[in-house]
Amino acid sequence: MRLKEIIRLLDAVVITNSRDSEAEIEWACATDLMSDVLYYSRGNSVLITGLAKQQAIRTSDIADIKVVVFTRGKEPDRQTIELSQKKKITLLITPYSMFTACGKLYEEGLRCCPE
Amino acid sequence: MKIDKTYEGSFHIVGGDFSRAGEASTELKTIMLSVGIEDEVVRRVAIATFEAEMNIIIYTPAGILRYSISPGEIRIIAEDMGPGIEDIELAMQKGYSTAPDWVREMGWGAGMGLPNMKKNADIFRIDSVVGEGTTVEMIIKP
Repeated sequence: MRLKEIIRLLDAVVITNSRDSEAEIEWACATDLMSDVLYYSRGNSVLITGLAKQQAIRTSDIADIKVVVFTRGKEPDRQTIELSQKKKITLLITPYSMFTACGKLYEEGLRCCPE
Repeated sequence: MKIDKTYEGSFHIVGGDFSRAGEASTELKTIMLSVGIEDEVVRRVAIATFEAEMNIIIYTPAGILRYSISPGEIRIIAEDMGPGIEDIELAMQKGYSTAPDWVREMGWGAGMGLPNMKKNADIFRIDSVVGEGTTVEMIIKP
């Protein structure tokens, strides 16, 4: 799914983005548990999480995740935004819950990282 | 792997310091990419090292991460001065964790750390003495 589609479907606010909005994102991973991200995710994925903290960005960087979405309109602090800029991770905020955000992306064809 | 020599180094990790959590693993990732290690191998090493780094930060006062990047393999040794693990077999089970609530609030302590290190390493060894510390050795082969 193209990044611009993810932004549109999630009515997302773009906090940081250094990526072409036509970029193709292959998989999705939704969790607040960072070890689950590390264990189950694939590279070139979008992470949907309620953990609006630096840890989510740091973990995504290690796991080659390109796009992070914070759910329920949670606004990150300055350090989290700066880290996402430094690591060139696209950071979005959606007003939707994790369940709804996942449903919207699934409905349009995005799938969970295969195990 | 295109490298023709061995790169070695180490990082000192301070327990409880969440503000810098992951910096050592991130730096190692940058080093691996700069010497030409393939992306998929870099990802495996970075994940395994990050889990080891987090364990030192969460459970111990301090530790050291050592790395050795050689033409045939990448070796990571994580050695800490922590409380040690009483039952290693239990700690290796997915979902088992002794992490306190404040750690869980940071997104950690899901009981996947050691299983994840084992998953990403070709060879995984763990040795622990209660009251003294834990040493994890991981070898990843391209």
